Amino acid sequence: MTAPATTQTATEAAPPARAALRARRLSLLNVAFELRAFIALAVLIVVFGLLSDSFLTVTNLITMTKHVAINGVIALGMLLVILKGGIDLSVGSIVGLSGVVAGELLQGLQIGGVIAYPPVWVVIVLCVAVGTAVGALNGLLVTRFNVAPFIATLGMLYVARGAAMLISNGATYPNLGGDPSLGNTGFHLLGSGRPLGLPTAIWIMIILAVAVALLLAKAPFGRWLYATGGNERAAELSGVPVRRVKAIVYVISGACAAIAGLIIASELTSAAPQAGETYELNAIAAVVIGGAALSGGKGNVRGTLVGAFVIGFLADGLVILGVSTFWQMVIKGAVIILAVVLDQVQQRFKRRGAAASAVVASEQPN
Amino acid sequence: MNAHVLQAREVTKVYGGTHALKGIDFGVAPGRVTALFGENGAGKSTLMKILAGIEQPTTGHVELDGRPVRLLSSRDAADQGIAIIHQELSLCPNLSIQDNLFLAREIPGAFGAIDRKAQRQATVAVLNRLEEDVDPNRLVGELRLGQQQLVEIARTLLQQARVLIMDEPTSALTAPEVEVLFRVIRELTAAGVAVVYISHHLDEALEIADDVVVLRDGSLVATADAAEVDIRWIVAQMVGRDQDALFPSREPVLGEELLTVRNLMVADPDVPGRLAVNDLSLTVREGEIVGIYGLMGSGRSELLETLAGKITPVSGDVLLTGTPLGGVGIRERIERGVALVPEDRQRDGLVQTMSVGENISLAGLSSIAGRLFLSRNRERAAVARTISDVTVKTSGPKAAIGSLSGGNQQKVVIGKALLTGPRVLLLDEPSRGVDVGAKADIFDLMAAQARRGLAVLFTTSDAEEALHIPDRLLVLARGSLVGEFRQGELTREELMSVSDGGAPTTAEGPR
Repeated sequence: MTAPATTQTATEAAPPARAALRARRLSLLNVAFELRAFIALAVLIVVFGLLSDSFLTVTNLITMTKHVAINGVIALGMLLVILKGGIDLSVGSIVGLSGVVAGELLQGLQIGGVIAYPPVWVVIVLCVAVGTAVGALNGLLVTRFNVAPFIATLGMLYVARGAAMLISNGATYPNLGGDPSLGNTGFHLLGSGRPLGLPTAIWIMIILAVAVALLLAKAPFGRWLYATGGNERAAELSGVPVRRVKAIVYVISGACAAIAGLIIASELTSAAPQAGETYELNAIAAVVIGGAALSGGKGNVRGTLVGAFVIGFLADGLVILGVSTFWQMVIKGAVIILAVVLDQVQQRFKRRGAAASAVVASEQPN
Repeated sequence: MNAHVLQAREVTKVYGGTHALKGIDFGVAPGRVTALFGENGAGKSTLMKILAGIEQPTTGHVELDGRPVRLLSSRDAADQGIAIIHQELSLCPNLSIQDNLFLAREIPGAFGAIDRKAQRQATVAVLNRLEEDVDPNRLVGELRLGQQQLVEIARTLLQQARVLIMDEPTSALTAPEVEVLFRVIRELTAAGVAVVYISHHLDEALEIADDVVVLRDGSLVATADAAEVDIRWIVAQMVGRDQDALFPSREPVLGEELLTVRNLMVADPDVPGRLAVNDLSLTVREGEIVGIYGLMGSGRSELLETLAGKITPVSGDVLLTGTPLGGVGIRERIERGVALVPEDRQRDGLVQTMSVGENISLAGLSSIAGRLFLSRNRERAAVARTISDVTVKTSGPKAAIGSLSGGNQQKVVIGKALLTGPRVLLLDEPSRGVDVGAKADIFDLMAAQARRGLAVLFTTSDAEEALHIPDRLLVLARGSLVGEFRQGELTREELMSVSDGGAPTTAEGPR
């Protein structure tokens, strides 16, 4: 980070030259920009809190966070893909597909005239495996066949959604509660269980967030991913297994989307093949609001989670205030654009700040 | 001397934390060729970019005909009659010669369409002037690098500029092509055009120059009439110190043969059907520094990238201590001890979004990783050791890579390679775009690594470096080795004539 160094240089300059003041002002602006997602979230909470009595209640905050969790889980996978410099448009469809697969399995699986009812944990594992498989297919298309990520995952958006429709015949699976006599109960706990007072969905988001944060900050894979997104050629020449890294992020993204699909199906104890439509866009918005660059190499878990909270709290807050759905869409779109515009402005300030502090440094006698 | 047509006044330029220019006054006179000399990183290209409107000065200004002007883009400058030939080619390979020549300057015809006939005639005329017989409708991407450079030159000729800036226009040209270019330059100056000429071929630049200007580390250190100075004087001004200090003498202790290349053939990744490296064999021993002298497009980068495992050769063998490396990828080659410092550090060497420390440790992560996670302590120690070993000047490992000067960025790339514990160190133009001080440090580093028993193989397009740094020099032209010399065996003039006489590598001949 250049900000602390800039401040230091500015205070050391004996005559408070204009350039020095400028450098310091620019560095303060920089800090404000760094924290803009947090500031946006704080503003949302204060404004909605003032406008509505029910917004800042514990119950409502937990309910809203539960909504956030679904987008948050998808966004964590999306973050990895975007860090690589890619995009995954198929996650919304994977959400639907995963729910439908769960519904189909809980209704019973007909194998040669016998109907088998797999236990819930097997259902969960198989659903995540389906999401992983779709992600692996995305990864294969991108790395082996050099299909642009936008196109590969756009295609998969249709394929996975179509598959969900085919499996379910377009219908919704009702009553996923299972039957004690069949030994497949408990699926609803994923959506409505409350271990230690918090909904399971929130726990899942927390656990995944910690896991992804560790992966990014501590594991070699994280470093490889940042390098691949920042400069693929340099990463490859440094011995980073670029192809493997690129494929794995789609696999993880697919798995995250499948988990989100399971949470939704479990909450509703029913699985609709249309579930998760346009969720990919919410996830991308969360990652971008969180400060990640679509060109890759820049972004982190903290920002992405804050981004997911901004999107979720904004949507729920507007609903609580009774703002029309149409205005909700306009406002959400404006927030996303504003986030990216601010990012560009920040880049410009950063460059100017660096130039200003270099001028300051040169004015000082050594 | 005539009054200056274009003049920089007290121009400074700051990039990130680096001062590329420190208050320069520089003018060019009509009808004269001003040759601009300076080491890599002295600020020549930056100054030219400012005169051509591509960059804006941090402080100071530019005057045209004695009046201050603000050149906000190259388009702006072109409208004022200032044209530039870039060091890096700025052509669209997917468009034809003709389309490139008239890009953004299309000749309008009926109904707003492009007047292709007029464009074609002008294209043929300008190509004739450059004595280049090639179909105007050929795609630029299919042309040889030297021909592409001529297209770039042709484009500026079409602009009929009053000031023509040529930044390394001949880096890929053959000797006869250079002669043609010089004739054209003479025609231009006779017509009153002011020409700025930059070339790392000092003798070539001095030959065409009327005025000589020398830059060193962002300052203008000397001006002279070209007739009154010689190359020795220019070099002394450029380097600003005793040349022997820049090129330390060595007593190499040679061990076993570490790197062996046998009959290597590498396809040109950009031009199908052309060989970038043609039947090349070489060896590098333990403790030896071998230099490869070759121009842009001679195949030097393709050779080193093949050795590093990035490019798969068409045929031939690469052996490390006698073990063939065929089919071994980049990652495993690094583990076995082959490390590459690529030519273009921005494109291939550094990850701009990562810090200094993260860039240094990137290639050596396997030695830093535990079973699951990276060891912060081990990484910090390794990075700190590397920063002090390769003497990177930085505020710390967390500094942004862009805040470093070119020389320090290059040291980061070298440090990254050394951190992998290599036995063979490959460096592609390691002194490109670094200042004099860093250059000396980098040569010292190479010598130190060789003393430790590494085999060092590096490329250069700088004749002084080629003559003084390596224990053994190989001359590469058009993908083939055309000469091999021990240090001190060769004079500058001999080197030039050897490197010009390269054999063609194209299947259908040189043209």
